Amino acid sequence: MVDPRRLRAGGDFLKDVTEREAVMQALYAQLLVGLINGSFYALLSLGLAVIFGMLNIINFAHGALYMMGAFCAYFLLNVAGIGYWPALVIAPIAVGIFGMILERTMLKWLTGLDHLYGLLLTFGLALIIQGVFQNYFGSSGLPYAIPDELKGGMNLGFMFLPVYRGWVVVFSLVICLLTWYLIERTRLGANLRAATENPTLVRAFGINVPRMITLTYGLGVGLAALAGVLSAPINQVRPLMGADLIIVVFAVVVIGGMGSIMGSIITGFSLGVIEGLTKYFYPEASNTVVFVLMVLVLLVKPTGLTGRAA
Amino acid sequence: MTAITDDTLKVEPRTIRDEMIAFVIMAALLAIVPLTGVYPFFVMQALCFALLACAFNLLVGYGGLLSFGHAMFLGTAGYCTAHALKVWGLTPELGIVVGTVSACALGVITGLVAIRRQGIYFSMITLALSQLLYFIYLQAPFTHGEDGIQGIPQGYLFGIFNLARPTTLYYVILVGFLLGFLLIYRTINSPFGEVLKAIRENEPRAISLGYKTDHYKLLAYILSGTLAGFAGSLKVFVAQNASLTDVHWTMSGEIVLMTLVGGLGTVFGPVVGAFVIIAMQQYLAGFGQWVTVIQGVIFVVCVLTFRRGVIGEIAHYFRRSL
Repeated sequence: MVDPRRLRAGGDFLKDVTEREAVMQALYAQLLVGLINGSFYALLSLGLAVIFGMLNIINFAHGALYMMGAFCAYFLLNVAGIGYWPALVIAPIAVGIFGMILERTMLKWLTGLDHLYGLLLTFGLALIIQGVFQNYFGSSGLPYAIPDELKGGMNLGFMFLPVYRGWVVVFSLVICLLTWYLIERTRLGANLRAATENPTLVRAFGINVPRMITLTYGLGVGLAALAGVLSAPINQVRPLMGADLIIVVFAVVVIGGMGSIMGSIITGFSLGVIEGLTKYFYPEASNTVVFVLMVLVLLVKPTGLTGRAA
Repeated sequence: MTAITDDTLKVEPRTIRDEMIAFVIMAALLAIVPLTGVYPFFVMQALCFALLACAFNLLVGYGGLLSFGHAMFLGTAGYCTAHALKVWGLTPELGIVVGTVSACALGVITGLVAIRRQGIYFSMITLALSQLLYFIYLQAPFTHGEDGIQGIPQGYLFGIFNLARPTTLYYVILVGFLLGFLLIYRTINSPFGEVLKAIRENEPRAISLGYKTDHYKLLAYILSGTLAGFAGSLKVFVAQNASLTDVHWTMSGEIVLMTLVGGLGTVFGPVVGAFVIIAMQQYLAGFGQWVTVIQGVIFVVCVLTFRRGVIGEIAHYFRRSL
């Protein structure tokens, strides 16, 4: 006679296998979400670091400009009928130009003042931009469809990968590396880094530093807007989509330090992954894990993981 | 780096006299409010925010540390006082003590972390810490999440004063505000306050003179947080609720705005700023989200053209320190 317990054990074994598969699927899914959030953290903290290097300003409006990027894509599609691919180029340029206007008309006047005024001014700009959008669009999300070319998914054997999500991660990584290359390996970047160190001396060499500052701000803002376009099909387009994100990005910046471009990229992606893992293992802490990590890093290494003393 | 406040004025003995006269005028004006028929709830609310802004100003105006997370003290003290009054059934004075002590404890914990970085990083860290606390309160059972703690009993202060009577409550709040204000004023003009100003002006030099600047900054941070918590505890009796709004970063921004409008690093500026902003919110309440836009515009205008603030401009014009 067969022991009924053994029968049950066999059934449990089969159930265990399917359960473990489901569990692993969920884990991979959260990892992917983490990588996507990580790409946004990387793109945004990269922009913050570049702007801080040149303007000595922490751009509080970064989240609002990220949101403008997403809205820009939304308008292009629904008003002008221009699709995702052109929007990927047009939105960052348009928002970048808007940023350059802000720099020329307002931020420029803060040169030589305490850093804190830059933070206060850009905080005010963020309130204005977000308030205006909230007035016209409320707080709910507007849908933005995934472009046809990136619809569907791939079966990787161990998990199902939605093509669009994979695209976001790869494309963000490429953009981050291109920015790193531009700043660390080209002549333009060398001028930029020199102007960060000593603007007066660089001006003496006949380089137009104020123009460079404006362009740098435009570049940083453009990166934020690009992140906004990328996130539009995933997170929907909402006026406050950047408001909470920017605070997490601030924590990312504190953890990574703003001294190195590559540092921002690596910190951004890894914190996204850690957040994804937390969502899987201990969902209650997924909102707070980045902040808790920031506290730990500050206690152990106050200058941040890659940062120089500021 | 240019200092955040305008300190070209020489402080002479007579400026102390000016400030005392201004203080007496302010106290007298506030004392006659219930007789004038002005809506007392509005003034009480403004007084709580005025004390909060003064506490914030102690840190930024005199210590040069811009905290972008001061709402965490307001909210924490509010929740603790509300919980003590409603669930534990404590008396009002004990409720205020619980709230203020909890804010002080929070100041010690967050201060030890935040003080490790200066300048712009300090602002980002305090903002992140307050957001951390926001999410904790969002999930913690005792705060009742989105609903908040409501219907808090006001009770009898010291068993005598019935806080449910608006006039009594008004004078209790006023006394609390004036005590807090005087404590801040005393701190600013103490040797401790002088060292704090020295650190703001030139930290490396203060270090070279043998001051343990981190200790001073931490102490200023804790004191500021504790007083902000005191304001938060008082506010519970006025609003009779404690909610997530008080911990959100928008609240931290409003505290910064009040102080900026009134004048960073001025004694009376935050009080004026708090009344201006609270009045504005009251009158523009019907405009919905445009209030946010207007606040943003005030931020931009103040930073670009009006950095001294209302009181700072007046003080500069009359060459007095206020």
